Amino acid sequence: MSLQEHETRHIKNTLKRKLTKTELQILAAEWSEHCSYKSSKKHLRMLPTTGPKVINEKGYDSGVLDVGDGYVVTVHIESHNHPSAVEPFGGAATGVGGVIRDILSAGTRPIAIFDGLRFGDIKNDSHAKWLFKNAVTGIADYGNCLGIPTIGGEVEFDKCYKNYALVDVAAVGFGRKEKLIKNHARTGDLVVLIGGSTGRDGIGGSQFASDSLESEDRSAVQIPDPFIEKLIIEAILEARNEKCINAMKDLGGGGLSCAISETAESLGIGIELDVDNVHTREPGLFPDEVIISESQERMLVITNKKKIKKLKKICDKFRIKHSVIGHVKNDKMMHVKKGKRTLALLPVDFVACAPLLDRKKSRPKYLQKIKTTKKTKDISNYSKTILELLSCPNISSKHWVFHQYDHEVGIRTVVKPGFDASVLRLDNGKFLSVKIDGNPKHCYLNPRDGAIGCFEEACRNVVCTGATPIGMVDHLQFGSPEDPEIFWTFMESLEGLTEFAKFLKIPCVGGKVSFYNETPLGPIKPTPLIGVLGIINKTPLHPTPPKSGDYMVIIGNTKNELGGSEYFEYIHNFIGGICPTVDFKNSKSNMSSVLLLIKQGLIRSVHDCSKGGLSIALSEVSIFGNIGCIIDITKVPSEKTLDSEKLLFSETHSRYLLTVSLENINKVKEILSKNKNSFGVLGQFTSDQIIVKYKTKLLIKINVDKAQRKYFNTLKEILDNG
Amino acid sequence: MHVINFIPHISTISVKVGVIVFPGSNCDRDMYHVLTDVFNLSAQYIWHEKRLPKNIDAVVLPGGFSYGDRLRAGVIAAHSPIISDVKKLAKKGIPILGVCNGFQILVESGLLPGVLLKNDSLNFMCEWINLIVKNNTTPFTNKLELNQKIPIPIANGEGRYFVDEHMAKKLKKKNQIVFSYENYVNGSMEKIAGVCNEDGNVVGMMPHPERATEKEINPNDNKPSTLIFESLIQSIGAKN
Repeated sequence: MSLQEHETRHIKNTLKRKLTKTELQILAAEWSEHCSYKSSKKHLRMLPTTGPKVINEKGYDSGVLDVGDGYVVTVHIESHNHPSAVEPFGGAATGVGGVIRDILSAGTRPIAIFDGLRFGDIKNDSHAKWLFKNAVTGIADYGNCLGIPTIGGEVEFDKCYKNYALVDVAAVGFGRKEKLIKNHARTGDLVVLIGGSTGRDGIGGSQFASDSLESEDRSAVQIPDPFIEKLIIEAILEARNEKCINAMKDLGGGGLSCAISETAESLGIGIELDVDNVHTREPGLFPDEVIISESQERMLVITNKKKIKKLKKICDKFRIKHSVIGHVKNDKMMHVKKGKRTLALLPVDFVACAPLLDRKKSRPKYLQKIKTTKKTKDISNYSKTILELLSCPNISSKHWVFHQYDHEVGIRTVVKPGFDASVLRLDNGKFLSVKIDGNPKHCYLNPRDGAIGCFEEACRNVVCTGATPIGMVDHLQFGSPEDPEIFWTFMESLEGLTEFAKFLKIPCVGGKVSFYNETPLGPIKPTPLIGVLGIINKTPLHPTPPKSGDYMVIIGNTKNELGGSEYFEYIHNFIGGICPTVDFKNSKSNMSSVLLLIKQGLIRSVHDCSKGGLSIALSEVSIFGNIGCIIDITKVPSEKTLDSEKLLFSETHSRYLLTVSLENINKVKEILSKNKNSFGVLGQFTSDQIIVKYKTKLLIKINVDKAQRKYFNTLKEILDNG
Repeated sequence: MHVINFIPHISTISVKVGVIVFPGSNCDRDMYHVLTDVFNLSAQYIWHEKRLPKNIDAVVLPGGFSYGDRLRAGVIAAHSPIISDVKKLAKKGIPILGVCNGFQILVESGLLPGVLLKNDSLNFMCEWINLIVKNNTTPFTNKLELNQKIPIPIANGEGRYFVDEHMAKKLKKKNQIVFSYENYVNGSMEKIAGVCNEDGNVVGMMPHPERATEKEINPNDNKPSTLIFESLIQSIGAKN
C-alpha cells in the first residue's frame, strides 16, 4: 500500500471519516503515480493536443485522427517496464495486450504494433541477453497470435539499463468514423465485465510500477493469454457493429477500481457494483483482490437492458465469459458491495482525481561534470572503425528481432520493417507511415535538445517514405520524480517537445509518463520515446536500391555534434561532447523540400542520417542496395570547416541522404537551391566497394559484402553465443 | 484497398467459396479480401459451428492461431463440428485449400498426411521465400508451370513438415508433394512446403498466397501467386 502522508491528510480533510479497507485499496491503486499522473499531470497540459484532424471524445484511452473519407486512425503508446524487468516474457506480452485494448475501446480494429526495447549491455551481460530474448518472444507470441502485425520499432542497448528493461509498445487502430464508440450512459444502464476471469495475478501492479524496483515481485506481473484477447477483439467489434455498446473501457493498471472510477468520472455518473458478480479464476478471492487485480484481457462495457441480450449472445458465440457486475446510478458515487454489505462508497471525482503534486526541480550536478570536448586519437584506419560501428548492437540489423514478428498479417504492410518508417495501406487509398524513436544518449547530455531530436528523427523517418506528419505520441520515461534533478530532466524534455510540436503544428494525441525507472545502479538515462504518424495521399516512396551511376546527395548541414554519438560511446567509451541541436527553421524547410522532391518523383529513395552519422547512413544505403559508392566528404555542407571525424560520425539532425538518377540530378539541385536548403552532391553509386575520400586522400574502402556480413550477422551471433 | 486488374475468364461472381472461421483464425479477413476484391469471387465466412452450404464450389481454411495453438497447432480445430462437412466435400472432389494454420488443421484432421513440427530455429519465422511448384495438376496449381518459382511469405512457428520414410516414398510416388522450398528454410523433410491428398483436390501449404497476390504489398513478383487463385477459378470453370 503506498498512500502518502499528504494523501492520507487529504482524505481525512475531504471525507471526514475513516476509510474502509477496500476504500484504502481503491485509493492506493488509483492514486499511484502510474494511474494518477500526480507528478506530471499539471505539466502535460502544456502539450498542444488539438488540431483540425484530432477527434476528441470523452473517455478515450487512445488518440483519434481523422484521415479523411470517413475513416479514422487511433494510436496509443504504453510501457511495461517493471514487469518486463522481472518476468520479460509475460511482462512484454501483457504490455502488448494492454495497449491493444486501448485501441479497441475507441471502437477501432488494431492494425499494427510497434515496440521500443531497451536493455543493458547485450554483448557482455548475460542477464541483459536473457531479458532481451524473452521480451522479444513475449511480444512475438502475443502479437502473432492476435493477427496484428508488429511492423516496426527500435532496439537499443545501454549500460544504464543494467538489470532492467524498457518495453514500450505503441499500437495503431483503424476504423470508420461513424463506428467510433461515443461513450455515454444513462441511469439504470448495466455495467458488464467481459473477458478473462479475475484472479490473483497482477495484484498491486500499478503500485509496483510506481516504486523503485527493489524486490522481484513476480505475483505483481500479469499472465498473458492472447487467445482470449483475440476473441475479445472479435466479440467487441461485432458488438460495436450491432450497436450494443454505450460506453467502454479496458481494464489496465489498477484493475476494476480504476476502470470504474475513471469511466464514472468521465461520464459524470455513479456506478454500483457487487464483487460477488465478478467471474473469478479461483474461489475464495477477497473482495479487495477482486477490485484491484490486474488480470488481463478484460473489458468493461456499459450497455442497456434492451441490448444486453444481444451482447450476451455475441459473447456466447465466442465463448468468452461475461458478467453483469453492476449498474449506472446518477449519484456520481462509486459503490462497491458484497451482497448487501457496502465495502466502499466514494465520490468518483474524488477517486479519479488524485491530489496533484508540485515536484521540485533543479539542474542536475552531473551535467556540470560532463566534458564537452574529447581529444580522440587520430583514426588511422577509418574502414576498421566503420566496420566496428556496423557491428555495434545499436546499429546492426535487427532482423533477428522483427523476423520473429508476423509483420505481413492483415495484408496492409506496404513498406516492411527494417528501413526507415513502416508504411500501411488504408481502405481509403491513402497510406499511413509510422515510426518511433528515442535516444537516451543524447537525452542524458541534454534532455531538452535530446527529446526534440527524438521527435525530429521520427518525423524524418516518416518523411523519408513521403508522408506528412499529422500527429505524435510521447512516452516519457525517467527515474524517480521525487529527485528534483530527475524531475528537472523530465520538465526539460517535456518543454522541448512542446516547443517543437507547436512549431511544426503537430498535435500530441496520446502519451504516457513512466517514472521510477530505477535500476540497482541508479536511475536510467532520461528516455523519452516519440512516435510520429504521417499520411501519404498517393504513393509511398519505397526504399528502392540505387542504380549504378545514381548520385548520392545530402540535404542539411553537418555540425560539430559528436556528443552522445555511437562513435563516442561505442568506439571511444566516452560519454560527453555536444549533443545535437535541432534548428527548427532548417528542420521544417528540409522536411518540406524532401516531401516536394518525393511528390515530384525526382528521387529514387531517401534515407535519414541518424545513429553513427553520415558514415553509417551511406553504408546502409550501399548495404541494402547491394551496390558500392565513391564519395568525397569535402562536399558535405557545414557551417564551419570540419575534420573528417566530425563529417563522418557527427549525429546532426535534419539530414537526409538522397539517391538521385542522372536524369533528375539537375532538377533536384535546382529545387534545393531555390528553396535555400544546404546540400551537397557527394558522389555516385557504382561497383561493389564503399569508397570515401577527403579530397584526394582515401579514407574508407570496404567491400559491400563484408559490410553486409557485419551488419546482418552481428546481433544473431551475439545471441547465439549464450 | 486497391484492387489489381484481373480479367476473369468465367463469370467468377458465381463461384462460391467458403472461408471457415475458427476461434483464433486471423487470416480469414485477408483471404476474404483477396477472393472477393481481387478475384471477384463470391466468398462467405462460415463459423466453425455452422454447416457448410451444399452448393459450395470450394473451401478455404485460413491461417491464424485456432484455439491459440493450444496442445498443438490445429489439433483442437480439427475436432470442430464443421470438419465432418469438410471431409464429406473432400470425398466429393470439391477443391479445399488449407493455408498455414489451415494446413495444420487439415493434417490434424487426417485429410492430409504428415505432421507439422516446430521450426528447427525454434522461433517464429516471418520471411519472404521462394516456393517451387512440384505438382501442377491440383485445382490450385493447374495454371502454374512445373518447377515454377513463387515468391511468397511464410509466417509460422510450427511449419516443419515431417512424415516417416515409408510415407515420404508414397508421397513422391503418388505425386502428393505440391510445393517445396527453393532453399533450406526450417528443416522440413525434403523441403516440403505443401502437399495434397491422393485425389489431389485437398491442398495444404504453409506459405500465405493471400499475402502475395497484390503488387502493392509484394516486394517481388506477384504474378505467380495470383495463378494459385486463377487455377482454382479455371478448375471450377472447367467443371461447370
